[in-house]
Amino acid sequence: MDEKDLEKEISSQKYSTLVTKLKGRFGRSILETSVFRGEVTHVVEKDVIADVCSFVKRENDMQFNFLSDVLGVDSRATLSCFEVVYHLYSIPFKMRIRLKVRVKENETVPTVTSVWRSADFAERETFDMFGIVFDGHPNMKRIYLPQDWEGYPLRKDYPLVGYKDEYNPFGVEKK
Amino acid sequence: MAEIIPIENGDTDLMTREVTLNMGPQHPSTHGVMHLILHLQGEKVVKAEPDIGFLHRGMEKIAENLLYPQFVPYTDRLDYLSSMTNNLGYVMAVEKLIGIEIPERGKYVRVIASELSRISSHLLAVGAWGLDLGAITLVLYAFREREMIMDLFEMLCGARLTYNYMKIGGVRGDLPPGFKERCREFVRLFPKRVDEYEGLLTGNRIWLQRNKGIGIVSAEDAINLGLTGPSLRGSGVSWDIRKDEPYLVYDRFDFKVPVGENGDCFDRYMCRVEEMRQAARIVEQALDQLPEGPVNADVPEFVAPSRKDITTNMEALIHHFKLIAHGFKPPVGEVYTSIEAPKGEIGYYIKSDGTEKPFRVKIRAPSFVNLQSVDPLSRGLYFADVVAVISSLDPVFGEVDK
Repeated sequence: MDEKDLEKEISSQKYSTLVTKLKGRFGRSILETSVFRGEVTHVVEKDVIADVCSFVKRENDMQFNFLSDVLGVDSRATLSCFEVVYHLYSIPFKMRIRLKVRVKENETVPTVTSVWRSADFAERETFDMFGIVFDGHPNMKRIYLPQDWEGYPLRKDYPLVGYKDEYNPFGVEKK
Repeated sequence: MAEIIPIENGDTDLMTREVTLNMGPQHPSTHGVMHLILHLQGEKVVKAEPDIGFLHRGMEKIAENLLYPQFVPYTDRLDYLSSMTNNLGYVMAVEKLIGIEIPERGKYVRVIASELSRISSHLLAVGAWGLDLGAITLVLYAFREREMIMDLFEMLCGARLTYNYMKIGGVRGDLPPGFKERCREFVRLFPKRVDEYEGLLTGNRIWLQRNKGIGIVSAEDAINLGLTGPSLRGSGVSWDIRKDEPYLVYDRFDFKVPVGENGDCFDRYMCRVEEMRQAARIVEQALDQLPEGPVNADVPEFVAPSRKDITTNMEALIHHFKLIAHGFKPPVGEVYTSIEAPKGEIGYYIKSDGTEKPFRVKIRAPSFVNLQSVDPLSRGLYFADVVAVISSLDPVFGEVDK
């Protein structure tokens, strides 16, 4: 979607709350905004993610009281960072919004478990699969893999067949 | 180190020690491979920690290495008790990404398959729940009706468990001859069968005592915990994606969204029972309204030709081969699509980098999210109540561990 279409979309009633209000409140902390297939995505600075989440949850004309999911994306090849994506839903207003933060390797992201308790498992899964640590999470440990597992399987440089060890003779040799 | 504390009645001679009990990973009432670490004081639960991952198959990693259509059969194996809805969520997400719409008849056929799937999933949920709490008869009854749905699905797609029926751009084939009649027969018979289940359980004193007032969660807490589906609606939150964000043709049907009042196990049971009745109503209306026409979108760039065309038309065969071997390239972008699966909101996030393989697929599995409420729901209850709590959440571990 080009800039013109984006402006047209944003000026519609549906998106004015989701875009204008959030940008008005957080200004430069909203790094990017896009609309694709009717879905609004804001890229926000990682330090303010918990504040943004609290704001959209408590604001009267948004009330994003439901956290659908938190997930990671390994965008190191294109953006030189990982992305953490939050899908929120407002049960009273029947709206969805997507928030994103970008995080470099070995950087941490503030947890949103204080905003929604449901972030607990989702953030643990993101840590388990990508190695992204969530600051302040009450139980930051692996959820699917054994606690002594090495590596983070959903990173793009992790081989599909795994690394070779005594249990996985067909895996890739570690460099 | 275990802590030694006096019991509640103040009797200092009688002491109880906090013990850790490992329940599972292959305990029949954990509905799959869940290892539950229970911290108990006597019979009372202090804390319940779910330990999962025994089945982890790396579905999302596999998805990144397959063409878009090739991942459809993998979604069957998530919630294997309701494969149709898993398929549906994924194909709808891909359709949104590439921007196509399927014909009316295809939408109705998808609704019929999804609602039958909901009934079969709830039948097993309620049946296994009865089994867990000692009501063995119920599971036999539930399987009797489930078999009828299996027969219908076998007519549709030839499988009885991993139904790979939905495809990007429609469904694999139109309703076969005789399907409508048998389906009508089922939805006519089914409400009476639900009455039988209710006769066995709903007024049953043991069933009431094992479920009423057990595992209570308020509406606010349920939302905060991320509960969806009947587990959320049992707490009185009337949120159903079929009503609130209608997809396919759900806005054309008259059906109710049952909600509970107390948010206990019994309310979650009643929601499932009522949802089965409502699903049968939807199927009946869909059969009545079923329009004529094609079931697949006519978009050769993304949708494979029908089986009939492949066997009679050389061009169609080449086209089919090209699509299967090379797939298609959706535009760069990201979408999230969610539908109301029997267990709750199943969502697919797809990020496309413009190549024929998805850059990232994330599955928002309702069983996985619902499972984190085992701890808050079980605290302060007796050990035996944990079984009722797990059953009331209806987890399926193919989906939890994906």
